[in-house]
Amino acid sequence: MKKIVILGAGTGGTIMANKLRKVLDKEEWSITIVDRDPNHYYQPGFLFIPFGIYNKYDVVKPKASFIPSGVKFIVNSINHVDAEKNVVSLANGQTLEYDFLIVATGTHIKPDETPGLTGKEWYKSIFDFYSHQGAVALQNFLKTWEGGNMVINIAEIPYKCPVAPLEFAFLADEFFVKKGIRDKVNIYFSTPLSGAFTKPKATKMLGELLKEKNINIIPDFYLERVDDENKKLISYDGREIPFDLLTIIPVNMGADWVARSSMGDDLNYIATDRYTLRSEKWENIFVLGDASNIPTSKAGSVVHFASDIVFENLMSAIEGRPLLAKFDGHSNCYIETGFGKGSLIDFNYETEPLPGTYPLPGVGPFGLLKNTRINHYGKVMFRWIYWHLLLKGKELPLESQMTMAGKEL
Amino acid sequence: MAEKTYAGKSVNVTEDGYLTNPDDWTKEVAVEIAKEEGIELNEKHLTVIEFIRDKILKGETLTIRSIGKSGIIDTKGFYDLFPGAPLKKASKIAGVAKPASCV
Repeated sequence: MKKIVILGAGTGGTIMANKLRKVLDKEEWSITIVDRDPNHYYQPGFLFIPFGIYNKYDVVKPKASFIPSGVKFIVNSINHVDAEKNVVSLANGQTLEYDFLIVATGTHIKPDETPGLTGKEWYKSIFDFYSHQGAVALQNFLKTWEGGNMVINIAEIPYKCPVAPLEFAFLADEFFVKKGIRDKVNIYFSTPLSGAFTKPKATKMLGELLKEKNINIIPDFYLERVDDENKKLISYDGREIPFDLLTIIPVNMGADWVARSSMGDDLNYIATDRYTLRSEKWENIFVLGDASNIPTSKAGSVVHFASDIVFENLMSAIEGRPLLAKFDGHSNCYIETGFGKGSLIDFNYETEPLPGTYPLPGVGPFGLLKNTRINHYGKVMFRWIYWHLLLKGKELPLESQMTMAGKEL
Repeated sequence: MAEKTYAGKSVNVTEDGYLTNPDDWTKEVAVEIAKEEGIELNEKHLTVIEFIRDKILKGETLTIRSIGKSGIIDTKGFYDLFPGAPLKKASKIAGVAKPASCV
């Protein structure tokens, strides 16, 4: 019996388990998937929890419901991978041998990397919304907050879902307007980037939107530490931002087992061929999604598009054929902009987000880099698509390769 | 693309002022680019610049964090040497491509 082991049962791992079990002979191939958490979180939904749009239980389902029969699901932490010997060791001492390994253990927030962040103000006036716990704590805080300086800060790049902090800013603006306290809240958006986003056209569009909503952007701000005594953010070049409420996107890092196995870079991301999605070092290891170091967004849409490529190339590797499928870095993100509107960006390694229509050229229904109601509904509907189609590896009417059709240069 | 003259040498630069060919780089060129950035190059700058050149020309990517952990200099020191946007400034003076802050 040959063995495939999948590390991580999040978006990527779950999709792969479903795709592979459908085509690989059960008599010939065993598939095992490992995750430390029995719950699957719909992470795009965390954004809505602080504002009470979603609640605690709207974003959680048991992982086991999405893993097909014929795949062994182990709930345990990964201790170590010996990539030379093809063995995974789990925290409970169990070992798993593999012929092929798929790494999909993602990226996680590491608030402890920033001095002063997890001190006495953590979950009192400092929150994250990248964890279920943080998003829920922030919801409770906002229920009674009466205003002051709200600072949004991105501690390090790269981080998961590059547009989420902007969406948070837009939704916060709407939330405070509707609560009747917008005039009592100053919103600051501080980022190590030189603008609202990384690519020029999107930065311009989103920068203008921030301005329109009276959200102050503080660019090139690289956080050194938080002074929780005086409630200030301090950058490496000595600039200070006082806050009453800090919403932080803490340093993101790949899984701890990657460091323990010496398989990653200084942020625990694994060197991965950006086209084939195979590990640069080990021929029988593929890396899907946020766990890799490929130069595109760390986001669910990327994982979804990339899963087609990992699937094809893994099948080729199994059959001893060359790896012909090439990932183009395709990413597609809905951006909530508040008051029932949204925007959408679609891009890849080579092409920055451009205005246009998606997915049907000239038709849409979604508008690229436009601020429309239908884009917002796209985001709302996506939760259903995620649970019912995407995780199960079913075909969606979206191409994994980005297309220039429908884009305006 | 534009053409510029540094230390009597004509070189091609991008619209942001980064050398398009890292082989055009010399210490003298570096001193003049640094001047444009308001920096008087000293030995300490040069140690960091040479480290960056070495890594980038080997195909590695660098971040402010990875330089801060490299043992060459800590993050605060890096900011002190190249105030404001240290990686961008240091890369420009090192004659390598503008660091891509990927999404």
